[in-house]
Amino acid sequence: MNLLIMNIPLNITGTIHDWINSIMPQTAANITEWVLIAVAYLALFAVAGLYLVLLERKVAAWFQLRLGPNRVGPWGLFQTMADALKLVSKELTSNDRIDKFLYNLAPYFVIVTSLTAMAVFPYSEQFQGFDINIGVFFLFAISSIGVIGILVAGWSSNNKFALIGAMRSGLQTISYELSVGLSILTMVLLSGSLQLSEIVEVQRTGGWLIWQGHIPAIIAFMIFMIAGTAETNRAPFDLVEAESELGAGFHTEYSGMKFAYFFLAEFINMFIIASIAVVLFFGAWLSPFGITEGITWFPEVLWFLIKVLLIIFLMMWFRWTFPRLRVDQLLTLEWKYLLPLNLVNLLLMAIVIWLNWTI
Amino acid sequence: MSYFSDIYNGIKTLLTGMSVTGGYFIRARKGSLTQQYPDNRETLKMFDRFRGEVVMPHDEHNEHYCTGCQSCEIACPNGSIEIIWDRAVDPETGKKKKKIDQHIYHMGMCTMCGLCIEACPTDAIVWAQNYENSVYDRAALTKILNQPGSVVKAGIED
Amino acid sequence: MTNQEVKNKIKTEEYFINMGPQHPAAHGVLRLLLTIDGEIIKNVEPDLGYIHRSIEKMCERDSYQQIVHLTDRMDYLSSNINNEAVCLTVEKALELEVSDRVKVIRTIISELTRLASHQLWWGVMGMDLGALTTYFYAFRDREMINDIFEETCGARLTMNYNIPGGLMFDIHPNFVQRTKDFITHFKTKLPEYDRLLTGNVIFEKRTKGVGILTKEDAISFGVSGPVARGSGFASDVRKHHPYSAYDRVDFKEILFTEGDTYSRYQVRMAEMWESMSIIEQLIDNIPEGAIQETTKAVIKLPKGEFYQRVETARGELGVYINSDGNKNPYRVKFRSPGFSNLSVLNHISKGVKIADLVATMASFDFVIPDIDR
Repeated sequence: MNLLIMNIPLNITGTIHDWINSIMPQTAANITEWVLIAVAYLALFAVAGLYLVLLERKVAAWFQLRLGPNRVGPWGLFQTMADALKLVSKELTSNDRIDKFLYNLAPYFVIVTSLTAMAVFPYSEQFQGFDINIGVFFLFAISSIGVIGILVAGWSSNNKFALIGAMRSGLQTISYELSVGLSILTMVLLSGSLQLSEIVEVQRTGGWLIWQGHIPAIIAFMIFMIAGTAETNRAPFDLVEAESELGAGFHTEYSGMKFAYFFLAEFINMFIIASIAVVLFFGAWLSPFGITEGITWFPEVLWFLIKVLLIIFLMMWFRWTFPRLRVDQLLTLEWKYLLPLNLVNLLLMAIVIWLNWTI
Repeated sequence: MSYFSDIYNGIKTLLTGMSVTGGYFIRARKGSLTQQYPDNRETLKMFDRFRGEVVMPHDEHNEHYCTGCQSCEIACPNGSIEIIWDRAVDPETGKKKKKIDQHIYHMGMCTMCGLCIEACPTDAIVWAQNYENSVYDRAALTKILNQPGSVVKAGIED
Repeated sequence: MTNQEVKNKIKTEEYFINMGPQHPAAHGVLRLLLTIDGEIIKNVEPDLGYIHRSIEKMCERDSYQQIVHLTDRMDYLSSNINNEAVCLTVEKALELEVSDRVKVIRTIISELTRLASHQLWWGVMGMDLGALTTYFYAFRDREMINDIFEETCGARLTMNYNIPGGLMFDIHPNFVQRTKDFITHFKTKLPEYDRLLTGNVIFEKRTKGVGILTKEDAISFGVSGPVARGSGFASDVRKHHPYSAYDRVDFKEILFTEGDTYSRYQVRMAEMWESMSIIEQLIDNIPEGAIQETTKAVIKLPKGEFYQRVETARGELGVYINSDGNKNPYRVKFRSPGFSNLSVLNHISKGVKIADLVATMASFDFVIPDIDR
């Protein structure tokens, strides 16, 4: 089938922009556009969160020789909606000795940072919420704010288990941010720009970055996967919420919708880490070997989602196979193994670029 | 140098572990052990000796084999069996014999040890294989094993 | 500033945490009072009794055939072995010799029970350390043993198949074939377990050098079973005081000397191989014979004290019956292996982290109803 037949330029964003500008004055049109974009991202956040939870349950079940949820809706598709309805209708219990202001504030930290970070990714050539020239730096800064939410939640719960969990999470996150940052820096060195759409342009013309910067890029990818899994507090680094040790960690005292916020935010964080990996290493919405090049937004968004889902599957595979690390082993891994390797890798990438040995 | 060999060995063992679970993932359709329970009641059969519930089988003339000897009541460790009996004149021989009125079985207290079934000299009580014994009212767990209007089969104690 | 000076300047306080009776993914209702300084444990105090059901007192009102079914519920993972212990004590007191067939079948079923218990232990150990899929793989294999038991004895967990004098009824005709199929299947699975958990670098780092129990401590605290054998103390009752058919099979006693969690883990994995070899030696030649020796309907033991020890999956279980000639025993006491093993937990947990305590408890393989009875 001749794919060029489908080359209909459905310029969706352009059409909507023109229509809104034609029916209201300039300022109101701007505000309406912002509101529409925010609503679109909220919808994406909710849908992605819900379906990632279902995907995790199904994938976990297939690793464990059982079927996942398959009763609520065909293949269990409405399962998380039922779960979300249940969580919304629950009573919001708490102690009488919590720090009320901080207790209610904590979930919003994690939600706001996840939402903000989701806005900068290039889902396709036309769909990018916020394309600033320091894109990568912005992402990195925003994801560092999320750790405050966890610390505040653990402290304000007035619960020893929650406090232990929150303290562990704090030190884990600030340690592994270094490795994440250095791996991102390695790829930025290769692409030459911090702006995300520029990075994708470099990959369109020269091939995916993981192929261009062969050995240092592969090492950077492996370190990024390990450090990214640690950033999101997932196994094998999930001593924060280790069920067999501490109950439920920092969100022990939360119930109902606030617990749902933490829970969804964990899955969206996973989505964000996978998206960063896809943008920086695997050419965000580009198709491999350019097979669907030039067709409009639909295949591009599809390619982005497929790549993100593959990386998320890899993170789930880690979770269901490995035991968890102890706190001091976690820190040993970061400071004695990942950080020196990362620095050496950075140097290696600089040498490769200087001597023009990129592919 | 052991630094690098540590890293290499570590990564190798991690990949071995992942290959095991990955193998199960790929064969997930065929290998899953889930039995979709309420839908498969027709094909779900327990083994013959499964200890589900103690019952007293009755044949087609509504006769059971229990002579009222109370061996099961004595053998039961925690009193889950109560027998209400009476002496009545046996029509054939004209002597007074034990006859059961009710054989009460408290399934809520039964530990399924099987001593009553081993003790019975006439095989009047046997194991049934049903496993869906939950009720809404605890009084429904006290069952009377002999059906109303049934009599003991003649000549069973030989 | 040196390390010690820093520690002296910063004032820290110890705090108490309850690893309480209700705990997700713990081994039963055991309450541990931990005194923790940061992440280091200073003191562990177990608090027992949450599942005490006065089994020993109930034995005083039951007859000797009836006390067997209560022992099913003590250490429910080795229920057949507990039943066998009581029956052996009663037979020893009555000086009753059971037939060879009974002895061989009792040994085969004991080894199958030990395998099932160790499979569940492996699954739970993985789960406690965070590898959540091991639980499901272990239960898949354990289901096959449960099917063998269901076909022959009628029940899957609380079997009550042994009676004083023999077995309740004969084995099912399919027993031998099913057991052989299971052994063939499981021999392909144990190497897979090793690939998934044993060689894993994270697992090794979590368990090597953690919770070290020296051989002198093991002997003085009275530890038995795989925990003691992991520290080098040769305490296998099957070897040193053989009962049933253990004197006619050839098996090794597994000993490791390091005494840490990893060696206790390896002892149990190797014991699974040994159990399979014992079953293979016995399964093909089960001698013919009587299934039950005739005893009186009301068993009365002669006056005196009688003791018999067996090796359950957790260690050495001892049954002590003090009889004064009546049809009920005067006193029955069970020397439970878990109780003595638990007493050593405080000693080896000083100075470790919370995660190490969880790994150590997983390697001890506690079943709390066994401790509380």
